[in-house]
Amino acid sequence: MEQTTNSIIKGGGFLIEDVEINRVFTPEDFTDEQKMIAQTTQEYVTNEVLPVVENLEHHEFDHSVRLLKTAGELGLLAADVPEEYEGLGLDKISSALIAEKMSPAGGFSITHGAHVGIGSLPIVLFGNHEQKTQYLPKLASGELIAAYALTEPGSGSDALGAKTTAKLNEAGTHYVLNGEKQWITNAGFADVFVVYAKIDGDKFTAFIVERSYPGVSVGPEEKKMGIKSSSTRTLILEDAQVPVENLLGEVGRGHIIAFNILNIGRYKLGVGTVGASKRAFELAVAYTNQRQQFKTKLSDFNLTKEKIASMASHIYASESLNYRTVGYFEDRLSQLSDEEQKDGKSIAAAIAEYAIECSIAKVFGSETLDFVADEAVQLHGGYGFMAEYEVERIYRDSRINRIFEGTNEINRMIVPGTFMKKALKGELPLLQVAQELQNELLMLMPEEIGNEALEQEKYLVKNAKKIAVLAAGAAAQRYGAKLDAEQEILVNIANIANQLYAMESVVIRTQKAIERDGEGKAAQKILYTQIFCQEAFAEIEKEAKETLIASVEGDDARMILSALRKLTRNNPYNLIPKKREAAAKLIDAEKYVV
Amino acid sequence: MNIFVLVKRTFDTEEKIVVSGGKIQEDGAEFIINPYDEYAIEEAIQKRDALGGKVTVVTIGGEDAEKQLRTALAMGADEAVLINTEDDLDELDQYSSAYILSEYLKDKEADLILAGNVAIDGGSGQVGPRLADLLGINYVTTVTSLEIDGTNVKIVRDIEGDSEVLETSLPLLVTAQQGLNEPRYPSLPGIMKAKKKPLEELELDDLDIDEDDVEVKVETVEIYLPPQKAAGRVLEGDLSAQVKELVNLLHSEAKVI
Repeated sequence: MEQTTNSIIKGGGFLIEDVEINRVFTPEDFTDEQKMIAQTTQEYVTNEVLPVVENLEHHEFDHSVRLLKTAGELGLLAADVPEEYEGLGLDKISSALIAEKMSPAGGFSITHGAHVGIGSLPIVLFGNHEQKTQYLPKLASGELIAAYALTEPGSGSDALGAKTTAKLNEAGTHYVLNGEKQWITNAGFADVFVVYAKIDGDKFTAFIVERSYPGVSVGPEEKKMGIKSSSTRTLILEDAQVPVENLLGEVGRGHIIAFNILNIGRYKLGVGTVGASKRAFELAVAYTNQRQQFKTKLSDFNLTKEKIASMASHIYASESLNYRTVGYFEDRLSQLSDEEQKDGKSIAAAIAEYAIECSIAKVFGSETLDFVADEAVQLHGGYGFMAEYEVERIYRDSRINRIFEGTNEINRMIVPGTFMKKALKGELPLLQVAQELQNELLMLMPEEIGNEALEQEKYLVKNAKKIAVLAAGAAAQRYGAKLDAEQEILVNIANIANQLYAMESVVIRTQKAIERDGEGKAAQKILYTQIFCQEAFAEIEKEAKETLIASVEGDDARMILSALRKLTRNNPYNLIPKKREAAAKLIDAEKYVV
Repeated sequence: MNIFVLVKRTFDTEEKIVVSGGKIQEDGAEFIINPYDEYAIEEAIQKRDALGGKVTVVTIGGEDAEKQLRTALAMGADEAVLINTEDDLDELDQYSSAYILSEYLKDKEADLILAGNVAIDGGSGQVGPRLADLLGINYVTTVTSLEIDGTNVKIVRDIEGDSEVLETSLPLLVTAQQGLNEPRYPSLPGIMKAKKKPLEELELDDLDIDEDDVEVKVETVEIYLPPQKAAGRVLEGDLSAQVKELVNLLHSEAKVI
C-alpha cells in the first residue's frame, strides 16, 4: 500500500477530520498475488467445500476436519502465522481476501474463520516463543484445529463476568480449571481451545487448553437456526489439568487478549459478510433473468431493478469500508518494527486504535448481508423459501452475524463510547473542531455545489462530519457523564458514524478509480456512490434530528435545528433513473460488478 | 527432462464476447490461461516431479500475459519466458506463432514440449503441430494419457469418441486434451514463491527474427457473433397435422428442404 508519510491514521478520526485519500486502501488496489490468493480460495470453496455442503449441514464433521487439512495444504490456514513458525506471514489484505472468498462456503467458513482467527490468533499475538513453536506450525498445517472459548451461559456481552475459575495446584505444575464455556465453534473436533478463566476467582486470564487434558470434555451438538455446517458445543471443564506453561499472556491480563481478538474477529466478520453478500446477490440476479411472470423476465420489471441497484450499492459501500478498515491494519502493523511485531502489547495497541472502525465494519457488514439476503429470498419468491435453493441457507446463515462477535447493539455502543474516550484523552481534537463549528454555524451560508463528478457527494460527506460533531456535541453537553445511560441517543450517534464512514469510504474509492481510469470506466462506481450517499445522508439527517430534539430545549432547540437544516440542504437526484441504469449493467453481468 | 509448455492467455470462459468495430472488445474483460494449456502445465509438473528436470512455460504476447505466466509459476513451473511482440507486431497467426516459438526453441534441446489441444479463442489447434514440424520432432495431438520410460513414450489419444494407443519416443511434442489430468490450483506458498522465480522477457530482436519473417498469412475478413437463438415453437393439432405443419415450415421458413 502507498505510504506517503509515516504518520498514524487515527482511529475514529474520520468523524472529524479528512484523510489523505492515497492512504485509503480500496479493492482496486489488490496486487496480482492477492488476486491469485483470492482465486485459489474461491476454487477451493467451489471444488472442495460446496460439493459436500449437504453432508456438512447434516453435521458430518469428518468432512470439516478433512477439508481443513486440505486447506492447510493449500496454505489457507497459514496467512496470519509468521514464517518463523512455518506460516506464510501474509499481509492483512490477503488474509481478509481469504475470509471474503471463504464465506460462500456458509457454515464451513465459520469453521475456518474460528480456526484461523479467534482460535489461532491469540497464540500468534500473545503466545511466548515456546507456545508458538509448539502450536503454530500444526495450526498452520491443519494438523491441529483451534477453538476459542470466551462465552459462558451467564456471560455473553459481559465477557469479564465469566465464572470459570483457575487455581494453581499445590505442586505448582498445573492450573485446575472449572466451569462451562458455551457455544464454542469447532468444539466437536477442535484439539486446542483458548479458554478464559479467573485465577483465584478474580484474575481474568487466558489459557491454552488441549482437548486431551484430563477433565476436558464437550457437550452435545447444538441445534441452530443457521450455520449448521459448523460445530457448536459446550466446553466442559471439570478439574481440568492445564500445565502452567500454557498460561497465555499475563496473569490477570486476559481482557487485553479478549478485547483485541474481538476487534480482529469483527473486521474479519465484516469482510466475510462482503463475500456472502456477493454470493446472495449473484444468485438473486441470475434468478431474475431466468424466471418469467406475465411473459416478462423478472429482471425487466422496474421494481426488480430498484432492488438490484439498492443491493449492489449497499454491497459497494460495505466492501469499500471493510477493505478500508483492513487497509488501516495493514498500514499500521507494517509500520511496526521487527521487535514490535513480536510483542503482543505493540500489536494490541495497533489493533485497539481502530476499535471504532472494527465495530462499524461488523455492524455495517452484517446488516448489509441481512438486507441483501432478505431481498435475495424475496426476489426468488416462493422458491426462495424452499430449502433446495441456496438463498434459503444464506438467509438463515446470515442472521448470526448480527449477534456474535459482540451484538450489533453492543458494537453500536462502542462507537460513541470509544470516540468520547479518545476525545477526552486528547487523541482526537473534538473540542477544537466543535468550537470551530460553532463559530461557523453562526454565519453559515448555503454553498454552491458544482457539477463535477462526486462534488455533491463530497459536499454531503463534509457536512455529515459537521452534523456528527453537532449531534455528539449537543448530546455530550446535555448529558455529560450520564450519556452512558442514554443508549437510544448513543445508537443515533453510532448510526451517524456508520453511515458517514461508509459514505466517505465510497466517495474515496470512487475518486481513486476516477483518477486512475477516468470517469467513463468508473461510471458504475459513480452511480453506486450517488445512490448510496443520497440515501445514507437522509439516514444521518434523521438520526441527527432525533439526537438534537432529545438533547436541546426551547430557543436553543430552534436554533440548532435550523443549523441542521442548513447543513442538510443539498440538491438531491432523482434516483429512479440512476438505479435503473446501475441495474442494467448488473442484470447483464449476472453478478456484482463495479 | 527438459520440458517446455506453450501457454496462451485467453478470455475467461465466463466472459460475454462483445464485437464492435470488427474487433472483439477486450476492455475490462478477465483473462485466464487457456484451459487446455492448464492440462499441459499440470502434466509437465507431474512429469518433472516424477522424472526430475525443469519446466519452462513460454508465451507470446504483451506485458499483460505476465499474469498468466505467474500463475503457471505459482502452479509449480520453474521458469517462464514471455516473448513480447507488443511493440513489433500488430497481429499473430498460427504460422507466425509457430515460427517465433521454433526460433526460440531450436537450440533449447527440449525433451518434451506440451501445449493445449486448442486455444479456446482461435481454436485452430495448429500451433503445436506446426512447431513440431519446424523443429523436426514427432508430435501427437489430443492426448489423454502420457507415460514416459527412458526415451520411450506410450500415449493414449482421444480420437473423437474413441481412443487410440500409440508408442513413440522423445523428443516429442504433445497437445493436451481434457481428461489428461486434473489441473491443480496454485497453493499460497506456490503463489509467494512464484514472485521470486525467473521470468525472462524476450523481443523478436533477441531471437534474430525479422518482422518480415513473421508477417501473418491469415487474413481476417470479418468477425461476428453467432445469431441469437430464436425461441422454440410447439406445434399443435393431431399428429398428421403437426407433421404437415413441420414439413411446411421446414420448406417455407427454415428453407432446408
